[in-house]
This record gives sequence, C-alpha cells and structure tokens, in this order.
Amino acid sequence: MNEERKLIVSSSPHVRTPRGTQQIMLDVIIALLPALVAAVIFFGVKPLVITVISVVSCVVFEFAYRKLLKKNASYMDLSAVVTGMLLAYCLPPTFPWWTVIIGAFFSIVLVKQLFGGIGKNIWNPALAGRAFLLVSYAVLMTTWAPARFQNADAATFATPLASLHAGQLVPGGANALWDMFIGNIGGSFGEVSSLALLLGGAWLVYRKVISLRIPVAYVGTVAVLTLIFSRGNNHLLWMLQNVLSGGLLLGAIFMATDYCTSPVTPNGQLIFGVGCGLLTVLIRYFGGYPEGVSFAILIMNCCTWLIDQHTAPRRFGVMKGEKKKKEKEEAKG
Amino acid sequence: MLFKSHGGVHPNDKKAPANEAVITTIPQPPQVVIPMSQHIGAPCTPLVAVGDEVKLGQKIGEAKAPVSAPIHASVSGKVVAIEPHLNNLGNMVTSVVIENDFKDTPAETMVPATEEDLQSPEKIADIIREAGIVGMGGATFPTAFKITSGWGKVDTVLINGAECEPYITSDHRTMLEHPDELLKGIQLLMKACKVDKTYFGIELNKKFAIDLLNFKGAKEMGIEVVPLKCQYPQGAEKTLIKTITGREVPPGGLPANVGCSVFNTFTAYSVYRACYEGWPAIERVVTVSGSAIADPKNVKVRVGTSMQWVFEQTGGFAKEPWKVIMGGPMMGMAQYDLEVPCGKGTASLLAFSDDEDKTVADPVCIRCGQCIDGCPMNLQPIYMYMYQQKGDVEMLQKLNIMDCVECGSCSYICPGRLHLTHAFKTGKAMVQAHLAELKAKAEAEKAKAEAEAPKAEEKPAEKPAEPAKEEKKEAK
Repeated sequence: MNEERKLIVSSSPHVRTPRGTQQIMLDVIIALLPALVAAVIFFGVKPLVITVISVVSCVVFEFAYRKLLKKNASYMDLSAVVTGMLLAYCLPPTFPWWTVIIGAFFSIVLVKQLFGGIGKNIWNPALAGRAFLLVSYAVLMTTWAPARFQNADAATFATPLASLHAGQLVPGGANALWDMFIGNIGGSFGEVSSLALLLGGAWLVYRKVISLRIPVAYVGTVAVLTLIFSRGNNHLLWMLQNVLSGGLLLGAIFMATDYCTSPVTPNGQLIFGVGCGLLTVLIRYFGGYPEGVSFAILIMNCCTWLIDQHTAPRRFGVMKGEKKKKEKEEAKG
Repeated sequence: MLFKSHGGVHPNDKKAPANEAVITTIPQPPQVVIPMSQHIGAPCTPLVAVGDEVKLGQKIGEAKAPVSAPIHASVSGKVVAIEPHLNNLGNMVTSVVIENDFKDTPAETMVPATEEDLQSPEKIADIIREAGIVGMGGATFPTAFKITSGWGKVDTVLINGAECEPYITSDHRTMLEHPDELLKGIQLLMKACKVDKTYFGIELNKKFAIDLLNFKGAKEMGIEVVPLKCQYPQGAEKTLIKTITGREVPPGGLPANVGCSVFNTFTAYSVYRACYEGWPAIERVVTVSGSAIADPKNVKVRVGTSMQWVFEQTGGFAKEPWKVIMGGPMMGMAQYDLEVPCGKGTASLLAFSDDEDKTVADPVCIRCGQCIDGCPMNLQPIYMYMYQQKGDVEMLQKLNIMDCVECGSCSYICPGRLHLTHAFKTGKAMVQAHLAELKAKAEAEKAKAEAEAPKAEEKPAEKPAEPAKEEKKEAK
C-alpha cells in the first residue's frame, strides 16, 4: 500500500446526522405549504404573489447584505425562505406588493443580519417585520377582504377577531366554527386555515423539528384562560373561537417555536409557551389591537435568555432537593 | 422494568454488513509492537530485554501500582527492540517489538485454573489481574482493580452488551458464537464480585443474541438478560446503570458509589479464557468496517498487530479512505499512521471514504436545542460551547462541564455542525489547568506565609501541584 496516504485526524464523533440546518428549514417550508394552498383556495392567486415577492426579496436582502459585508453566504441554509413565507403569511391578502419588500428589508437586514444572522437575532424576523408594517401602514395592514366562499357583505364585513375584540361571539354559531377551522374567513391569508396549520404542525412534530412543548403550552394557556374568563354565554364556543381565530395557531406552531428566539431548555420552553398565551389573552382582552399574538411572542422573545438561565435541566446524579440541601449544609458548615 | 434515561440520539447503526460475518482468524503479522501502557493507570516496565526469546502468553511488562495491568507477549519469538512507538492516543509509548517465529510456543503460565481456585473470589481476581484483563470496551480500566475495590460496596453487576456504537459487531458475534463461554465468564465475574444478581443489557438490534443467551439458561445462572432500546449512548456506563437499575452515579463518582459494577461483554469472555483456558488478554475480536471497506469482517487480532496488517489481511481498502478510526465512530480515535498497533480495547477499525462527518467551513448554531435533548448527562452543550469559545472557565464550571462524558451525542445531532465534543474536551482541560493553577497559587501563598512567619524554619517552596488526574474515560 502506498505510504503517501493522507488521513484526517479530528476529535470524535466521526459521524454526524444527515440532517443539517438546510434540511430542517426545508421541513419547515414543507410544513408551511398547506397554509399557502388554503390561502390560494380562499383568496385567489394574490397570496401566492405576495409570498413569492416576500420570499424573493428576503433571499435577495440576505444575499446582498452578506455579500456587501464580505461575510460568507448564508442564503443556502433556506432560513430566509422561511422568514419570507412567514412574513407574507401574516399580511392581509390585499396588501400592496411594494410594502412587502419594505417589510422583508426590515426583517432580514435590521432584525436578523444586524444582530449577526441566523442563530443570533433576538426577535423573530417575520414577526418583527409584521409589527413594523403594522405600525407603519396601519390602515393597509387592517384592511381585510372576505374569503371567496363567504356570504358576507364586503362593506360591513368583520374578521372573527374584530368580533371577539368587541366582546361578541362570531355570528353563525357552530357553522362559523367550521368556517374558522377550514379557513373560510377573513384575516391574514396564512393564518385563516387552522386545518392547514395543524397539518403543517403535525409534519414538524413528526419530523422532530419542533417539540410539542411550546405550541401546547401556548394554545393550552389561551384555551384555559378564555374558558375561565369567557365573554358571552357559551363558554366553550368562546374558547374555541378564540383558539381558532387570528394568528394564534400560526404563531404557536411556526413563530413561537422559532429556534433562535425561543428557550432551548425543556422547562424553559413550557414557561415561554405559557407566557405567550398569557400575554396574547391580555392583549386581546385589554389591548388596543384585536390581535395579540405577534406582540406576545415578540415580548417573550426578549425573555428567552432570562428563562434559559433559570431552567437548567436537573444535573445527572443529583436528585431534586439534594442540591439545596447540600448548599444549606455547606452554608451551615 | 426499565428506567427512562435522559437524552440519546439515534444514529444509523450500520451494523448490517458485519453482523453476519463469522469471526475469522487472520494470518499473524511478522512482527508485533506491544505498548507498555494499554490501560488506565500506571504504565508497565518491560520484563524482557532485546534479544530475549519470548513465548506466547509470557508476561513481558508489569507495574507494581495497584491500578495497572500486566502485559503479555501475543506471539512467540524474539524481542528485537524496546523503543517508543506511536500508540492509538497519539502518544509515544515504550513498546516491546517482537519478531514472530510463527510457532506460538505457549508459556508455562498458560494453564487453566483449577476448579478449587475458581471457588474463591480472591483467587479469581488474582487470575484476572495476572491475565492483564482490562475494560475491553475501550475504557481499558483494570478489571481486577474494579472488582477488588468494589467489595463491600457493589450489590449489582451489569454486563454491557449494548454495543451502541454504530458499525461495531464484535461483541454481538462473540455472544452468538461463544454463548456458553460468555455465560461462564459472567458467572466468574459474579463470583469475583461477591454478588448473585447480574443484568446483561443488550440492545434490541441483537435479538438473536438475546434469545440465544436465554435459551442457554442465563436466567438459571442468575443472569437476567435485559433487552434495551437502541439508542446511543445506551452503553455508556452511567446511562446503562440508570436504564437498568434506575440509580444515578453522582457527579465525579464511580459506579461503585451506587453499588454497581459494569463489565463489557468481551471482558467477561476474556475472563472465561483466562480462567478456563489460561489465555491472558492478548487477543481481541475486531470489527473491520466503514465505507472504504468492501467486505466488513469480524476478525481475531493479536494485541500489537498493526492496523496496516489488519486492513491488508481483510481485503484492503476498496476506496481511498480519508479517515481511519480505532474504536467506534462516536468515541473512537482518528489515526494518522497505520503502523499504530491494535490494543486490548480495540473493538473496531473503521475506514471512511464518504462524507460521514459532514464538516462544514462555517459551523453556525441555530439554537435548535437538540444538543440539550440529546445529552445523556443533562448538560447544556449550547451554552457550554459558547463559554468555551470565550474561554470563560468559571462559567464552564458552573455549567458542570466536568460531568461531560464525551459521548459525542451533541456533535452528532447538531444541524449547524458545531464541533461541540471537541470544544468540551478542550474545555475540560482548561478547567483542569485552571484548578491546578489555583491550587499551586494557594500552596505558594501558604509557603510564603510560613516563610514569613517569625522563627519559622526556612522551608523550600512546596512541590508544585500535580495536575488533576484525567477523569476516567467512559465506556463506549
């Protein structure tokens, strides 16, 4: 055998999972597709156009920023595609295309790249972009259109959230509930179809991209709180309408679970989910905006580091209570 | 009933090709290089000189320290050199080079023990010590010392047949081909440890072995075969104990702290060979596998045989390898020189030619937290990595970095391809250096205070602190 053989020496382990960042992001993109299909069914081709514009501009901004600052290209990790899709999903179907580009710029350059890129941003880029658009273009962002199959008068049309914010059940009772489940309602086009979002969530859980901790804690908290403090006489209906309306499922499944801006410890994730749920209900009940999901998640994003610091997993070999006991003994001794 | 152990990852076990390969013998090499340190503990001093004729199984190295294991000639022949040679850890170690005469003339000491001897725990421990048996899973901790230091503390013996590292099948083949010998070896270990309850943990991907051992009457011998979920690192000492007994070894502690003693499958088999056949630890079944190998095999390899020889005799490389590993893919050591000899704990030789380790130019953490979910020691690799990169030793201690068993689960699962395990090995060394420095400083101050004290006799500064001892490496 030849003596010239060159062998690489590196630390163990010498094998790694085939699943890299790119594959994970691809899974998220797949999980987001049902909602896009639903949006096209209920709002026509406009949502597709907005999504494409948003994705393309996000990728272009990501590429251009890193090129200009001579950093290694990161667009191949597909995270900008995910951001672009999520940003588009929380826009109304009537949104003008040029503002989408502004939102994408804000999301990618200011919220994500200025903090160092993937893994280092504090806030979810898509949500921060949406919040920015909401305060900058308040009218455009709250001009809703009825879904295609809805028997609604466009002039007096209201989204379910608007009714709920006014303290009233969505008219139509159980039928309305079914419309809300499949997405035959007005709202941001990515969030209307609960069915499509749940399908996407199931895919993410099945592929182990996310754990159930954050979504279940989040939705569960909202459900419990709205059930206890329900308005109107049908408590259960009030609760279900709250859960199915607005951006709750989109937020709980796709945004609050954003790796980079949520806690990494298991207990931390539960606390994060509960916090999001609490803030969402508070904003929906007492806030000026009918929807509280994006601000709830953005506020909880700020607490991520703090939560992680205080939720370290139990040390192996040290039982619960043992540590405190030891510390006490040490203090005494 | 099994207890839930934390963490774990599920690498593709890649055992299929070698699983069916019957253990074969390869021709002996013309020369063996036997390092005088193949275990944790004091290195041996050679008992032979250049020019001496040695017999098969003759003791050629010994140390007087309690934590050590003697070393035997793995072939008969002539000692041609005693010189430093590269070993599997990348160190130059004094090694005895024996030119093989291909006669395998056995030494007089290679005789089976009498039935009478095999009744006394002390005697069995003595035989095990004299046979140079160490933890054959790769940790290479001297087995006799593990037994004797556990007397009075250990109530449960665990046999590690998890073989959770991908590719490796040497223990599996041993179970299938030598079940009776293996069970006898385990009985000897039970007797030596003075316990009557033993659990034999075997991962479920070795279903036939589990059935076979049960069929051979393991239960009647007091050996309970425990089928384990396939999950890495199921065979890590602490994880195995937790899964089977529910006990958790305290940080910095040993299995004996919770009344357990863990032995590798091949260790038990070696104990049988030492007691019933008089064979010391000079041979091991080695799995030769990996993407650069056309036809994976399990072969018997004499200690001291170079990797080059083993690869040549098993068919060579089908593709040009870029990485050669001694041990498993998760905890084994990458080698750069194929002249490195196989040792007592070499369970496998792997040669990789594909993109197994998926290294990227710029690893980026995306904070997915999978390292936390995967860590069997409940650590937070994501934050340990961050502080290691900053060089913050105090935070590393706070995050219990010394608990890390270097199993590699975090690096395996990391989608950002961070070199986590590497960073923690470095981080642990940093903590140890820091502690040694603190100790030296404290001692220097103490010496200074003593020197300054009135009427005190002048004393030379106390000897510098020894660096903290390497923590015992976990079994694979």
